[in-house]
Amino acid sequence: MADPKTAALTDLGALLEAKRKDSVLSWDVAFGELTVDVAPSALVDFVEFLQADPACLFSSLVDITAVDHPGRARRFDVVYHFLSMYQNHRIRLRVAVREDEMVPSITSVHPSANWFEREVFDMFGILFSGHPDLRRILTDYGFRGHPLRKDFPTTGHTEVRYDEALKRVVYEPVKLVQEYRQFDFMSPWEGAKYILPGDEKKA
Amino acid sequence: MMDGDIRVNTYDDGSTDAQTGEQKIRNFNINFGPQHPAAHGVLRLVLELDGEIVERCDPHIGLLHRGTEKLMESRTYLQNLPYFDRLDYVAPMNQEHAWCLAIEKLTGTPVPRRASLIRVLYSEIGRVLNHLLNVTTQAMDVGALTPPLWGFEEREKLMVFYERACGARLHAAYFRPGGVHQDLPDQLVEDIDQWAVEFPKVLDDIDGLLTENRIFKQRNVDIGVVNETEIQEWGFSGVMVRGSGLAWDLRRAQPYECYDEFEFQIPVGKNGDCYDRYLCRMEEMRQSTHIIRQACAKLRVEKGEVMARGKMAPPTRGEMKTSMEALIHHFKLYTEGFHVPAGEVYAAVEAPKGEFGVYLVADGTNKPYRAKLRAPGYLHLQAMDHVASGHQLADVAAIIGSLDVVFGEIDR
Repeated sequence: MADPKTAALTDLGALLEAKRKDSVLSWDVAFGELTVDVAPSALVDFVEFLQADPACLFSSLVDITAVDHPGRARRFDVVYHFLSMYQNHRIRLRVAVREDEMVPSITSVHPSANWFEREVFDMFGILFSGHPDLRRILTDYGFRGHPLRKDFPTTGHTEVRYDEALKRVVYEPVKLVQEYRQFDFMSPWEGAKYILPGDEKKA
Repeated sequence: MMDGDIRVNTYDDGSTDAQTGEQKIRNFNINFGPQHPAAHGVLRLVLELDGEIVERCDPHIGLLHRGTEKLMESRTYLQNLPYFDRLDYVAPMNQEHAWCLAIEKLTGTPVPRRASLIRVLYSEIGRVLNHLLNVTTQAMDVGALTPPLWGFEEREKLMVFYERACGARLHAAYFRPGGVHQDLPDQLVEDIDQWAVEFPKVLDDIDGLLTENRIFKQRNVDIGVVNETEIQEWGFSGVMVRGSGLAWDLRRAQPYECYDEFEFQIPVGKNGDCYDRYLCRMEEMRQSTHIIRQACAKLRVEKGEVMARGKMAPPTRGEMKTSMEALIHHFKLYTEGFHVPAGEVYAAVEAPKGEFGVYLVADGTNKPYRAKLRAPGYLHLQAMDHVASGHQLADVAAIIGSLDVVFGEIDR
């Protein structure tokens, strides 16, 4: 695994850790990609550093998204992707936040973060402090809930139809005519943990 | 200044707009779309106008939101593939490509060389499909009617090539993790090559209609200018970058598939306006045609498998008829699907509109834990307020056309 791309990213990761000891919690290189865990409080500062440092020059924001892990205390991972067109490398930042925690907005550094943060707010309900206009973006006007959370049902809570009598679109609670089809195809032959009667004699 | 307040202009000689005591002028808010032929789909723009000058532009998106990312979490990796055709439905296979690359990166699957060449061939066909639509409909937005008629004829021919490869004109589901679904017949490669010989003539025709057309130039030159700083600030990619003189192309900068063995130029603009982006797209179509011809030549020589035969690929029909294991494999593949080892990757391709990326978080099961689709149009449309402010209302249509937005991918 000593290809030059991975080696360069390993160097970069070590450099970031050396220069920004207080911001970088941990880092690793997997699948040829550099991932850095950052503390929420140090985020804006660190992003600014990544943009300005001549060895990094991560001038272009590629993506902001989040991943929901309901089992964890810090439920959400907010994930940032940056690209440097000048150094031709990429980086991923991961910020773990609790459900009630606010993430500092990076719109002051990257104006393009605006819609991404709105989308993360819309889909996960994570609030960004210092965002100029934190409205919903993709869901319907007046939508409730945050669809990409794992506890939000895929069918949603409301359905819409055009009512011929009222001559307008009406919102109603979802009525499923059959159960939502969610098959469990996981192989029973791999996962069986129970002991069949008679198995105890083998040991 | 409040919303709707009139702006007081200052002129070169230092004078300002005179106002009488009883004068009361307010800015005008209009809705552009969601049903508007120049909105390229379901885009609603709330425009604040001072006379005919756009003061503020607030795009309302999400009218085509189908919750693709949520749906993907409850479907297997293979079942998710067709969703990618429905993102940017103008160039479907380029999106599938990103999904396949992400899965292949996580599983470490090598793609057979013939499959790789077919993917390049069809990615470039997708690029021509997209640019033909964009260039000609942008011309329609600014008043021309003939270009779309000529361009769509070529698009139809290309979609026949899609159909002959996979059975569908649009929603291909042709690229699969580990290769492509089926091999191309020899005659199809010949026909694509023949098309690529004839296509430059059609491009010349469209070129003759538009490039030096007085109206087309009046509507596009110096409209929607973006410079290098703005590109970085707003996260542009694709033609939006190249139109401003930066030779940034993922096919060259971070080569994926087998693009590094193809010979092609990356056209760049000079002024970063709508007209330069149009010129870039025209030249990219010529370059794509060049790549298509190279790919056809290589495909004539390179024979062999088009799928990495393993757990991710179905067994061949012949095997299924004779081998019990192959039959079980086929059944398990299309019900349970294959499992992808835990990990997270980001895979990006140079889609016709810019960088299309997939951020995939796998947890070791048969379904993605989280998949984020990074659409280039999302960022381009976001900059609409920045780019369109200060332009005339009529320029808004030209700018939307030039940003190359398709709502399948923006709203997801």
